[in-house]
Amino acid sequence: MPKRTDLKSVLVIGSGPIVIGQAAEFDYSGTQALRVLKEEGLRVILVNSNPATIMTDPEFADATYIEPITPEVVEKIIAKERPDAVLPTLGGQTALNTAIALDKNGVLEKYNVELIGANIAAIELGEDREKFKGVVERCGAESARSHIIHSMDEALKAADDLGYPMVVRPSFTMGGLGSGLAYNEDDLRRIVGQGLQYSPTSEVLLEESILGWKEYELEMMRDKNDNVVVVCSIENFDPVGVHTGDSITVAPALTLTDREYQRLRDISIAVIREVGVDTGGCNIQFAVDPTTGRVVVIEMNPRVSRSSALASKATGFAIAKIATKLSLGYTLDEIPNDITQKTPASFEPTLDYVVVKVPRFAFEKFPAADNTLTTTMKSVGEAMAMGRNFTEALQKALRSLEQKGSQLDFSSVPEWEVAELIEKAKRPTTERLHQVQRALLGGATVEQLFEATKIDPWFLDQLQLLNEISREIRQAGALTKEMLQRAKRHGFSDEQIGVLTHNSEAVVRGVRQALGIRPVYKTVDTCAAEFAAYTPYHYSAYDEEDEVALHAKPSILILGSGPNRIGQGIEFDYSCVHASMALRKAGYETVMVNCNPETVSTDYDISTRLYFEPLTLEDVLEVIAAEERTGGVMGVFVQLGGQTPLKLAQQLADAGVPILGTSPEAIDLAEHRGAFSRVLDKAGLTSPKNGTAVSFEDAKKIADEIGYPVLVRPSYVLGGRGMEIVYDEPNLSRYIANATEITPDHPVLIDRFLEDAVEIDVDALFDGTEMYLGGIMEHIEEAGIHSGDSACVLPPITLGTNVLERVRTATRAIAEGVGVRGLINIQFALASDVLYVLEANPRASRTVPFVSKATGVQMAKAAALIGTGVTINQLRTAYKMLPEVGDGSSLPLDAPVSVKEAVLPFSRFRTLEGKVVDSLLGPEMRSTGEVMGIDKHFDTAFAKSQAAANNALPTEGKIFVSVANRDKRSVIMGVKRLSDLGFEIVSTGGTADVLRRNGIQATPVRKVAEGSSAEGEGTIADLVIAGEIDMVFNTPSGGEARSDGYELRAAATSIGIPCITTVAEFNAAVQAIEAMRTYEWSVTSLQEHAAALAESQKAALQRA
Amino acid sequence: MTTNTATASAPAAPAALVLEDGRIFRGTSYGATGTALGEAVFATGMTGYQETITDPSYARQLVVQTAPHIGNTGVNNDDAESRRIWVAGYIVRDAARRPSNWRSERSLDEELAEQGIVGIQGVDTRAITRHLREHKTMRAGIFSGDAARATDKELLDAVLASAPMEGSRLAEEVSVDNAYVVEPKDYGWEGDPRFSIAAIDLGIKAMTPVRFAERGVRVHVLPATATLDDVKAVNPDGFFMSNGPGDPATADAQVELLRSVLDEKLPYFGICFGNQILGRALGFGTYKLRYGHRGINQPVMDRRTGKVEITSQNHGFAVDAPLDGATQAPEARYGRVEVSHVSLNDDVVEGLACLDIPAFSVQYHPEAAAGPHDAAYLFDRFIDLMKGTRDGRTANLSKDPVDSAHSAGVDHKNENKTEDKK
Repeated sequence: MPKRTDLKSVLVIGSGPIVIGQAAEFDYSGTQALRVLKEEGLRVILVNSNPATIMTDPEFADATYIEPITPEVVEKIIAKERPDAVLPTLGGQTALNTAIALDKNGVLEKYNVELIGANIAAIELGEDREKFKGVVERCGAESARSHIIHSMDEALKAADDLGYPMVVRPSFTMGGLGSGLAYNEDDLRRIVGQGLQYSPTSEVLLEESILGWKEYELEMMRDKNDNVVVVCSIENFDPVGVHTGDSITVAPALTLTDREYQRLRDISIAVIREVGVDTGGCNIQFAVDPTTGRVVVIEMNPRVSRSSALASKATGFAIAKIATKLSLGYTLDEIPNDITQKTPASFEPTLDYVVVKVPRFAFEKFPAADNTLTTTMKSVGEAMAMGRNFTEALQKALRSLEQKGSQLDFSSVPEWEVAELIEKAKRPTTERLHQVQRALLGGATVEQLFEATKIDPWFLDQLQLLNEISREIRQAGALTKEMLQRAKRHGFSDEQIGVLTHNSEAVVRGVRQALGIRPVYKTVDTCAAEFAAYTPYHYSAYDEEDEVALHAKPSILILGSGPNRIGQGIEFDYSCVHASMALRKAGYETVMVNCNPETVSTDYDISTRLYFEPLTLEDVLEVIAAEERTGGVMGVFVQLGGQTPLKLAQQLADAGVPILGTSPEAIDLAEHRGAFSRVLDKAGLTSPKNGTAVSFEDAKKIADEIGYPVLVRPSYVLGGRGMEIVYDEPNLSRYIANATEITPDHPVLIDRFLEDAVEIDVDALFDGTEMYLGGIMEHIEEAGIHSGDSACVLPPITLGTNVLERVRTATRAIAEGVGVRGLINIQFALASDVLYVLEANPRASRTVPFVSKATGVQMAKAAALIGTGVTINQLRTAYKMLPEVGDGSSLPLDAPVSVKEAVLPFSRFRTLEGKVVDSLLGPEMRSTGEVMGIDKHFDTAFAKSQAAANNALPTEGKIFVSVANRDKRSVIMGVKRLSDLGFEIVSTGGTADVLRRNGIQATPVRKVAEGSSAEGEGTIADLVIAGEIDMVFNTPSGGEARSDGYELRAAATSIGIPCITTVAEFNAAVQAIEAMRTYEWSVTSLQEHAAALAESQKAALQRA
Repeated sequence: MTTNTATASAPAAPAALVLEDGRIFRGTSYGATGTALGEAVFATGMTGYQETITDPSYARQLVVQTAPHIGNTGVNNDDAESRRIWVAGYIVRDAARRPSNWRSERSLDEELAEQGIVGIQGVDTRAITRHLREHKTMRAGIFSGDAARATDKELLDAVLASAPMEGSRLAEEVSVDNAYVVEPKDYGWEGDPRFSIAAIDLGIKAMTPVRFAERGVRVHVLPATATLDDVKAVNPDGFFMSNGPGDPATADAQVELLRSVLDEKLPYFGICFGNQILGRALGFGTYKLRYGHRGINQPVMDRRTGKVEITSQNHGFAVDAPLDGATQAPEARYGRVEVSHVSLNDDVVEGLACLDIPAFSVQYHPEAAAGPHDAAYLFDRFIDLMKGTRDGRTANLSKDPVDSAHSAGVDHKNENKTEDKK
């Protein structure tokens, strides 16, 4: 039964910005879907607001809409494009919820659009907790005992039945948002209160605690002929209680007998049938009582999910691709298994290796947040590793995290610490794995730790095994062959062995290699070698037989960016993928090295070969050696994957590896303050006064010289880690003491902080003679807010031609002075008409995808070719990859305006007291993702960006305004405008007075600090929580007002209304609100924008 | 959690796996030390090692587990598929030091040692698997402890002196000596048995009679040497032949028995060896696969329904029958026959259905254990067949002929089929 012939066009809904719980995995699955749909000859329409994705590349769809994913906007796209079908199962909860809304409001019926890949009834059965319980029961399985409640009263009544602790889960939220564990009535009131708000249906599930049970997940596929397969079983190292996204997870399940596993499989199949998932993927989670084996079904996701991406990478079974084919009417047996080529997809992958996924957290960005792990997901990324046993995979995964302290520590544990470690391990936190392993190292027993953590004794024994081996290494006395073999077989890095034997990493590596102890590369083949594999998807293992095939041409390696983290996310993966695509097209064999399962780059058919490996020097050198011995290496790209590969540049060059593109020397020139200053001096450019301090005394002296406020930060960081604006000496002293380790190897950079400056970001290409300026972005927030968290607009809206010309000249001078070959990103600040250079990064930046989408020029592809010696001139003429004339600094006046807005995760993080963390922006980046709004003019583009960021601006209602003294003058115009437009202005204290003097009728309300009045009149925070305020505008100041501000912002964040904290953004919002009131929202595809832009450029050229 | 203690990590003795073609893999001992000779085969299931090692079909085979961690859930008192371990030797990469499961009674290491099964651990099981895939299943030996001290040549000579699987008659060796009955009431069936069958134990797995008993069928399990009189003596409604080890070409006695039963028009169902015997009874040949099918993820198409089932398989031989449509059985008195099930991986015959007599069989394992339960419907199909015969209706499977659109007739997928079909 081949595919349906009645479908001619399909609208795919993407997942929008990267947020916690819904990340790059949906770009991976969406991109696969788009490729399949195009191959099948359908007209493909895409909506996704996230410009940093591969899927929004114009060539992946016929019409690409970078528009907010809201039912209203998607309806406009449907009305314009009239697709035959909508595919909503590859864009996470966002797409699914949008599809449900479109069904409910009759849009699908009105335009006669069919939902494919899922049906509403199935989605509701799967996602509605009450209905799902019925499903489970009808399948002869059990759910945890529970109650569905819609009010606090019902919750309290249910508590009498269930007892504490109790799990609270709001319905229809993603990544477990708003869920938690209630140990007592206070907890219950707090969590249920929020949960009722988060749930779009005001529905919350309360259930019996199954804390400490073993947790499993099965990834399933079903086709229209009712063929069902289990793609992958996943076991959580952390028992029930920790969100699976925050758990260490292992594939396949390792501690189930066949009878127990088949029971889970039987239930899964019964459930998928009963729910009625017609075609496609879904996953089902189980809890298993470790003492009795009682099985409880936790939940199902009737769509491709985060774990589907993991399961795809773990097994080689391309779930999203196959799900898409199934939605077109194919059956599993009609789809070939790409890897074996000769066998069909209607089978269950079997693994002859172990996969371990570890989460990457960002609690250091939210110092106030409680790092207890709960059923609300908090990790921002993950790393995956494969090994021929659990220990090898675990240790590889931990070093893939690239985080200080992520690798296990085998230094001796004093006896007194053991009891403390066991006690600490009872509470699941980001540190638990280390606490457990160290407690065992200190002499605790597996039984004690099982008692404390309920982690399966088999896993605990594996940690014990690692501890035992660490002792053997220490006691070996020398780097013997036997010891090294054993250590490597269990995943110990050269660095770890070095620490244990008091040798340098380099010495260990030298000895190891001299003894011939090298990793081999095995193949992920879905079938445990039963059939030959045709896809070179490799992982390293210390085993006997290597499987890397000989290759005819020397390969080009692209080092990826590792796990997503704040500051280094999907944007860098985008550049890596683009480079690989461009190089393959140019005839090169590309090799991708990366360890992030969520990404497109780790799809096995993006590059000629894929090595799923940690991005440490050791692991990268071994991959290079494997490529060398099978056909040679032409060179390595380190400029595309962000800071992760960039910091390996020098060491790789020292090891004799050719670095393609910008040289390590040039990288150093840009990264080292002194050297970079000389580059600027030579070019006649200014930077804010600055210095590099290696001690506190040093820092104090520099700060005194250049004057406060100063911007301080550690060197070599991304995403503004540890960056702060310091206003005086006591704060400088506090910063040095707390925030950073200061040594001559780790200096602290101190810059004069430019107040009220306009920040400008530039991405450019340089080939040694010619520069191509990709785009100039003007930040909306003033300097001092991290560029990653600031909204920005391209082309700039308030910068004069003369400024743009100066920016262009400076960019070229820096690119030339540094010696860039490929991409460079420069940040400038304009203050009092002086252009300051803040920093230059000779690599792909976070904004490359945004610039590429906004201008229709794919910069990373161009950069890759420059790395192989192609000139910009050739790229303009022969390759047609860059426009023949002009560049991103000379966009015509009628070019569309693109706004990039950051998406922030504050609502995920709670303080120990259970409040959300503060949402104030600062020099430390905290956004997880971004959206883009594109339209003819700034005002509507900005409005779109806000709607896309799930922060839609109100067009009527009440606005609360309270600003710091320094801002009072600059807000009057804007507030007056809103008042004139009919908004009710609510204010407190001094701001209210100022507004009234200016003729604005501001309704006074009580400050948080004033508390409720005797008559019961609430404070502004109470009003916000009660949903009476539609937007909050609050700029921070010191002292009491600051804490007042925090309560207010926390209230706004927790109920999800726009909360603006800078004057610049407020002014932009006023423009947008005004435009939205008169503007009929129009949708334009990237392809249409590009055609209009080309037309306009052609016209300009003819005029010239 | 289990109360077992970790196996003492005594310094493991050296061990070697020596293949017939001279390739040697060195590791350390596992289970008993000594020598084990047999045919090296690989099994790809990620769960179910206890069922695997106790499956009599693995008699005289050295089983390589492709899943790297073996022994994690220990050994319990419920999951064994027969009275003892049958694998001749066991090859794993990472043996569990500490089993963990609420049903675990002892460690696998202990169990292997106690039953005298010689194993090897720490070898590159993937390399061995690839070798067997590329160079076909072959004779091999595991040598550990003192036995491993011999020279490579001595080890290889020992392997070369062992008997090949082809031509081996093993069913009688693994079968029970005395008949026994499996009662439905012991497996949750309430009321009187609906049917009774005679099941010939050619290496039967414990789960097979259980699957019948659960459905109200009383099972008279008879030894491999049973005669037609023995069968008739239990007055069965149906006749069954089980899985089992060895070369089906040697099972002349069982082929003759089946023919005489078919001539009596008694409904027949065969699993695995029982499928090969039906094939031979109908007049088809059997042949040895290059490396067999051993796993619990094997896709099979039921060509009557067009549906795919994920099956548990363990077979090194297969029936050589025409794949497309109904054909006349070479033994003409049995009428027409068709290939009802086919492997989607390599088009090997996975099931036969007679259209004019009440008989069918499958090459794979609907009783699972280990493996998925997708094919359990076959037990019901057999019950329907017996019911039809009892009710005097046309008792065969011809009502619903194979939809030709479902036939998987792709020719290139035959790597596992041997080039020298007999």
